Amino acid sequence: MGADPHQGETESEVTAFGRRLASGAEPYLYTAPVLLLIVAIMLVPLGVGLSYAFRDLQLLDPFAGAFIGLDHFRELAEDDIFRDALRNTAVWTCASVSLQFVLGLGLALLLNREFPGRRLVQALVFLPWAVPTFLVGLDWEWLFNPVVGPLPHWLFALHITHDANNLLSDPNLALIGPIVAAVWWGIPFFAITCLAALQSIPKDLYEAAAIDGAGVFEQFRSITLPLLAPTIAISILLRTIWVANFADLIVVMTNGGPADSTQTVASYIFTVAFRRLDFGYASAVATALLLLLFVYAIGILLLRRAFLRRQA
Amino acid sequence: MRRRPLYWTVHYCTLSLYVLFALFPLYWLLKVALTPNELLYSEGIRLWPSHASLEHFRFVLTHSDFPLFFRNSLIVSTSTAVLATLVSSACGYGLSRFTFRGKSALVALMLITQMFPLVMLVAPMFRLLTPLGLTNSLTGLVIVYTAFNSPFATFLMQSFFDAIPRELEEAAMIDGATRFGAFRRIILPLTLPGIAATSGFVFTAAWSELLFALMLNSSARASTFPVGLLSFVSKFSVDFGQMMAAGVLALIPACLFFLLIQRYLVRGLTAGAVKG
Repeated sequence: MGADPHQGETESEVTAFGRRLASGAEPYLYTAPVLLLIVAIMLVPLGVGLSYAFRDLQLLDPFAGAFIGLDHFRELAEDDIFRDALRNTAVWTCASVSLQFVLGLGLALLLNREFPGRRLVQALVFLPWAVPTFLVGLDWEWLFNPVVGPLPHWLFALHITHDANNLLSDPNLALIGPIVAAVWWGIPFFAITCLAALQSIPKDLYEAAAIDGAGVFEQFRSITLPLLAPTIAISILLRTIWVANFADLIVVMTNGGPADSTQTVASYIFTVAFRRLDFGYASAVATALLLLLFVYAIGILLLRRAFLRRQA
Repeated sequence: MRRRPLYWTVHYCTLSLYVLFALFPLYWLLKVALTPNELLYSEGIRLWPSHASLEHFRFVLTHSDFPLFFRNSLIVSTSTAVLATLVSSACGYGLSRFTFRGKSALVALMLITQMFPLVMLVAPMFRLLTPLGLTNSLTGLVIVYTAFNSPFATFLMQSFFDAIPRELEEAAMIDGATRFGAFRRIILPLTLPGIAATSGFVFTAAWSELLFALMLNSSARASTFPVGLLSFVSKFSVDFGQMMAAGVLALIPACLFFLLIQRYLVRGLTAGAVKG
């Protein structure tokens, strides 16, 4: 497997050395452009942004910029909106990711069989993924708006809600709006990921299991699930972090309101940065989110490693 | 083993629910965009207006800056898709085929870029790009989006390369091809579906991005479609018909591109290169 492809008995020592040197440099040539880009455009600004968390930096105040140590973090500890935003982030992320995943996996299992019209159905159900996220937000905002949207009237007619008011203007329910929009938009992501993983499972395994008398459920439990698990774990890990950081839908649909009731940490960063133009405090909030996500990611990676080791 | 008709009934019913759920919001967008103003409120929740008109589309196309926004977005998204796919294919290939010093550090770096909230880059980015003349510029957005999308695109491309057996190119190299020759003649054709999928992902992501476009390109001349639509919403916030007509227009390129590449998305991780 790992044999050096450049070995050749007739080559002289010198060219062999030269080729080894060239092939040693080769991977760096391939990876350099991406490395350069992410260092220059993401990591350097990230470092600069982290330093903002310890500075008094207001966009409109040219005299601000002084180093203020941990003042922002002290402020953060007593910030009620931030505390609510933490809870909202947990609700928003768990609800969005788990619904996206369950519905996406279900869809992938349905699409993993051959049937007439599969191509068309697949194109149609994957379509939401192509919709730009700001438009997803606007579209669902309009659907929940009783003036032009049908949803409030339908929910009222089904006695699910007590009136035909806008769900998004009720502080207790408003977060449901962005979650529904996120689920609608995110199902195809998981369906595509799971379907790709499903199709890479050799069909022979199922045939062998069927010959051994395993039923559909037994096949799912003992073949599909274990072979899908690594893919599932890594895509849930990435997706959870992504969704927790994802502010667009909330910003577009509710702007964190009414009265900051739907503010997640990510949308709160946005609000502080763009409404208050307080980049220092916004960076402090972002740093807190970064730390939380970091802890989360380490936890998941450890879990996955343990899982893979048990499987091996 | 043939399945029972009951299974297929449930199968198709569930799928129809998925299709309905996926299409209804888009259908509604189109419906309101086609509803003339005088019917908008009186026939609010009817499934189809008693008569449809293209007046909103006509207004948006002739009396607004949307054609310009559209052009800007098209330029930015296409350039980003091409650039990001190029650099990520190279990087994904490097990660898939080589073990080298610093590899895990590189992967870790790329994972980190997927973790932190991009919002926190807005302020420093603005300050770093302004002196370079890259704010209010489409080039600036292309560079930023390429960087944002390349880690994920790299992982995606790497998975496509991983699925192609090494034996194929090793055989070519034993036959005298250089690694690059093997890459060009054997690996590249096999990864075309992967390249299509990757550029599709990147194009859609660039087409959708709102935050940085809003922050970095404040002038109308360099605005992308999302920024244009959002400013339109705040300016004409009562005119639902026109907003949704603009929304439908924003959908078109993303959906077209998606329909073109969607069959490559899932199919053919290996495309049967080894089997057979």
